[in-house]
Amino acid sequence: MNADRALRDPHDDGLNDHAREQIEASLAAHAGRPGPLLQVLHEVQDRLGYVPAAAVPVIAEALNVSRAEVHGVVTFYHHFRQSPAGRHVIQLCQAEACRAMHCEQLTQHAQRKLGIGLHETTADGRYTLEPVYCLGNCACSPAMMIDGRLYGRVTPESFDDLIAPLS
Amino acid sequence: MSIKVYVPRDATALSLGAGPVATAIQDEAQRRGLDIQLIRNGSRGLFWLEPLVEVETEGGRHAYGPVTAADVTSLFESRFFEGRGHRLHQGLTEEIKELRSQQRLTFARVGVTDPVSVEDYVAHGGYEGLTRALAMPPAAIVQAVTDSGLRGRGGAAFPTGIKWKTVLDQPPQQKYVTCNADEGDSGTFADRMLMEGDPLMLIEGMTIAGIAVGATQGYIYLRVEYPHAHRALNEAIAAARAAGYLGPNILGSGRQFELEVRLGAGAYICGEETSMLESLEGRRGEVRVRPPLPAIKGLFGQPTVVNNVISLASVPVILARGAEFYKNFGTGRSRGTIPLQLAGNIKRGGLIERAFGLTLRELIYDYGGGSASGRPIRAVQVGGPLGAYIPASQFDTAIDYEALSNIGALLGHGGVVAFDDTVDMAGMARYAMEFCAKESCGKCTPCRIGSTRGVELMDRVIANIDRERNLQLVEELCDTLLHGSLCGLGGMTPFPVQSALKYFPEDFRKSVQ
Repeated sequence: MNADRALRDPHDDGLNDHAREQIEASLAAHAGRPGPLLQVLHEVQDRLGYVPAAAVPVIAEALNVSRAEVHGVVTFYHHFRQSPAGRHVIQLCQAEACRAMHCEQLTQHAQRKLGIGLHETTADGRYTLEPVYCLGNCACSPAMMIDGRLYGRVTPESFDDLIAPLS
Repeated sequence: MSIKVYVPRDATALSLGAGPVATAIQDEAQRRGLDIQLIRNGSRGLFWLEPLVEVETEGGRHAYGPVTAADVTSLFESRFFEGRGHRLHQGLTEEIKELRSQQRLTFARVGVTDPVSVEDYVAHGGYEGLTRALAMPPAAIVQAVTDSGLRGRGGAAFPTGIKWKTVLDQPPQQKYVTCNADEGDSGTFADRMLMEGDPLMLIEGMTIAGIAVGATQGYIYLRVEYPHAHRALNEAIAAARAAGYLGPNILGSGRQFELEVRLGAGAYICGEETSMLESLEGRRGEVRVRPPLPAIKGLFGQPTVVNNVISLASVPVILARGAEFYKNFGTGRSRGTIPLQLAGNIKRGGLIERAFGLTLRELIYDYGGGSASGRPIRAVQVGGPLGAYIPASQFDTAIDYEALSNIGALLGHGGVVAFDDTVDMAGMARYAMEFCAKESCGKCTPCRIGSTRGVELMDRVIANIDRERNLQLVEELCDTLLHGSLCGLGGMTPFPVQSALKYFPEDFRKSVQ
């Protein structure tokens, strides 16, 4: 939540200049197309790392929909974040094919190693750990994604090796 | 003449280290002053050999795998670039047993060509289907797809030609072709492999669909978990547009078709067609009540074709080689080929495209080589998280829509996940309910509430609290979900639960530690 506060100008309840610029650029990139809300939210999250609560009324007004509608879409989809993630997002697959290769054990190892649970971020802001339901790497389970990079046949040892160099 | 070396850009190959292998090959070739052309192809789908490096020689393409970056120097020392022997040498790629016996129609080019090169695509028979379609009346194109017997490969197995005919029969107006690329089923990756390995085939299939039904705009709804496919699709769309295969005047025919990729945002339910349409329109992915059918009132209220990636990618071959050619593969009412995906606890996992009719046993043992752990395979789940668990006693079932339906299972999108004898089926039944609870769109009560109650009931069963009475309640709850849900998520969650209860009752009655 600190970063959420950092985005705001203390003299204003709205967004700081940088965040406002990014949101307006996101709107400009998609607003003219049919049914643009999901694409706008993707763009905002790609630029800011999450969708700040203060962005909701700005997007709603620009697209001429209610705040409730924008909030409803943000909260419906697992992908959209309402608060910033850690510097590195680690997604561990929990679906059937990975279960067949005992991903629960890998998940437990990861939680112990990082000292956090799923959907949590380490206190130093380095890692966020998340469950994911299928990365399409099911013949090489268990699968994991770190910052958009896919890994297969992950073991506790290879997990440790992969996260160690991330700062 | 430079030597052609292939290292896949497929996500699975990359997840096993194909990136560093490609870099190492380039560096080593430069160091030795060898003129090589490095091509980043799709994957052949032999994942136990990935990263699979291929080299083109006069006698054919030789395969080496699984290669790590550390093997690259020794490959060069063994003169792999001439197809010479090495401990990782697998012989000619096309002669590898698990590949040679396949019948690849949809995956004919995957792993063979440069996925984003229109030139390569056309040199390997690409755009023959579109060229033929442009010379045919729309109704004849639809008739060819109907005659081929192609049924929806996403899971519902609805005849593709009938869907198209409904859209074609709507009066001229803005119509759409949408591709459902929200491949969320665990154990499936055929859509991903095709989009990464031969995206132009999907683009061609959608273009043919557009011309057939009178749609000028297409959307590919791609799941956000597939960033590699996203890049490949966008590169391929740009290449097709530059070559005149997409745009306002396709190959000078005066026909128009445009294509856009839209990303989902991590919601399994958006693989359901009406929920996908809601999401494409930028809303919450809540299921729509049918009727009206999407073919009549679909995207933005207009007539819309909704097809899976593999269904659309099967169309070019049908147009190029004829409905009869395609129909001659398969058995009974399951015509053509099916790209099966073998996953989970399996020694040789990957993609196997065969005519319908292979048995589960042939798939799991002849292709898969048994479990990865070396332990007996106790169950397979076919058709994703909503598919039934099938016990070893039924492994002689043929893989076709009807044979699987006869044993209370379903083929779905063709994913087969193997489990060895360490699996706890009560835990898997609980997981099925948990997954439904996480992914329910919330629109209908049986799915929204029932799935959460299902998790609670399973927890009591596992903890041996009033076990028999709670098992009875699980059965009743499954019956409610089955008959009372609005769509397949709630309506099919009972399949894995009931099949686990039926075939593995002992797992639900274990003593509590």
